[in-house]
Amino acid sequence: MRVRESFTNIKVIFGRELAGYFNSAVAYVLLFFFLMVVGFFTFYISRFYEAGQADLRSFFQWFPWIFMILIPAVAMRLWAEERRLGTIELILTFPVAVYEVIFGKFLAAWVFIGIGLVLTFPMVLTTIYLGQPDLGAVFCGYVGSFLLAGGMLSVGCMTSSLSRSQVISFIIAAVLCLVFVLAGFPPVTNVLSDWAPIWLVKLVAGSSFLTHYISMERGVIDIRDIVYYLSVIFFMLFVNALIIQSRKAS
Amino acid sequence: MIEVRNLTKVFGNRKVVDDISFRVKKGEILGFLGPNGAGKSTTMRMVTGFIPATSGKAVIGGSDIVSQSLAARKKIGYLPENAPVYPDMTVHGYLSFCAGIRGFAGTEKNRVVTETIDKCFLGEVVHQTINTLSKGFRQRVCFAQSILHDPEYLILDEPTDGLDPNQKHEVRQMIRQMSASKTIILSTHILDEVEALCTRAIIIAGGKIVADDTPAGLKSRSAKHGSVFVQFCETELSAVEACLNEVDGVGTIEVADSELPTLTVRVYPASPEKSVAEKVMAALNRADIAPAALFVEQGRMDEVFRSITIDQV
Repeated sequence: MRVRESFTNIKVIFGRELAGYFNSAVAYVLLFFFLMVVGFFTFYISRFYEAGQADLRSFFQWFPWIFMILIPAVAMRLWAEERRLGTIELILTFPVAVYEVIFGKFLAAWVFIGIGLVLTFPMVLTTIYLGQPDLGAVFCGYVGSFLLAGGMLSVGCMTSSLSRSQVISFIIAAVLCLVFVLAGFPPVTNVLSDWAPIWLVKLVAGSSFLTHYISMERGVIDIRDIVYYLSVIFFMLFVNALIIQSRKAS
Repeated sequence: MIEVRNLTKVFGNRKVVDDISFRVKKGEILGFLGPNGAGKSTTMRMVTGFIPATSGKAVIGGSDIVSQSLAARKKIGYLPENAPVYPDMTVHGYLSFCAGIRGFAGTEKNRVVTETIDKCFLGEVVHQTINTLSKGFRQRVCFAQSILHDPEYLILDEPTDGLDPNQKHEVRQMIRQMSASKTIILSTHILDEVEALCTRAIIIAGGKIVADDTPAGLKSRSAKHGSVFVQFCETELSAVEACLNEVDGVGTIEVADSELPTLTVRVYPASPEKSVAEKVMAALNRADIAPAALFVEQGRMDEVFRSITIDQV
């Protein structure tokens, strides 16, 4: 009974949040920005046509860097706005559990980004038209991108709950995402491996969004990568709940 | 019944709410009064489960707000201070969302939303987004949210704040209509409202309850309660004083206003329980002095409020 009620509550919160994105111009601006930037990087920086390869590696490889800006922007309003408007007092005195609100909001933002990913379908069509891409690999790339987005989004949800300022949330989230990506970025790990013990290098690289993204970008779905992203999401949302519980009124 | 037991809230090292206890029964409208910063909103936030109490508890119809939080919250309708709403939603969308969260679905949900819209006179703005509405409408939209599920317990933090006199009147009427079947707590610093609406009033100052009484009971604490207010036209003060000093039971006579040609005096009875109005009238009649106006003062809420809250802080 309680499970069904929980599910309904999450659905109601989810519906409001998702509709909220499309009620404001921000959603369209973000989607437009995302699609333009993805196209720009793929065609002008990676030189997709000139490379002459019918795969989407040169497309997927940009996602960690684009998401770093896009996703904090998607997530920043989730809780900061509730604080600013005072509606947090309303929503937390409704007969819903905090985790239901957190999941509802997180899933809405995740689906919103998912819609953005789906809208990149012309890239897939283009590749199919030009050659015979490995569609399995493309699928893996999308799964990886979606998981990466979820991981970054959970960071954004957490920082959004810190204060009533969306700007602060955005900046902290972007910096945290940068750290999480850079920890596995070869130039950084190379510097580290010059002096640090091997276990430390592995630990740092292993905690990175990038390390767990690269194999999926190449077309391999490893259960460990999925577990990694889900753990990050649950951990960040747990911290999110702690923050909300401890500083409701500020 | 709402039962609040030894509720205390400490922020840092400041005691905002200090050991407050009270009970409110069905049919009562409890006015929660106090100067700004006295702890009214903090108390309400603890009673509705928004913030946890440092110690003490609040029990809503048998459910503890902390240990049986969801059960307790289902019974409550809450209008927070400043009436928060989602400005980018339409009135209908907002109320549908609130109904959804209260567990309504399908046709039942539509029925509840439509009924509430009618009850709160929101029909004309139902498809407008909330940020295009005036303050009065927003307040009513948030109020609508609080009564949507027909809760047994209604907690309203400054429900008429920022409304014009007509809107205040409407909201008060709505509250009064619902009061028979509900337990209502409302906070306010408008004293007329307490007199007009509440069956009981609690005054808090510095986080403590300093008075718990009916509005009439509170007014009778006024120093002016029971005094007789008499106004004369073109009459000498000496003549009035000479006449009234003879009357048995009259205490002090105070000149309230002596701007010519009117003269206004206030006659205090020697002991507050015994009314002197009739004797004063008879004496004036005998002396052939005709008062222009005469009435018995009931006492004034604002005076009582001031004397109680300033003494205590």
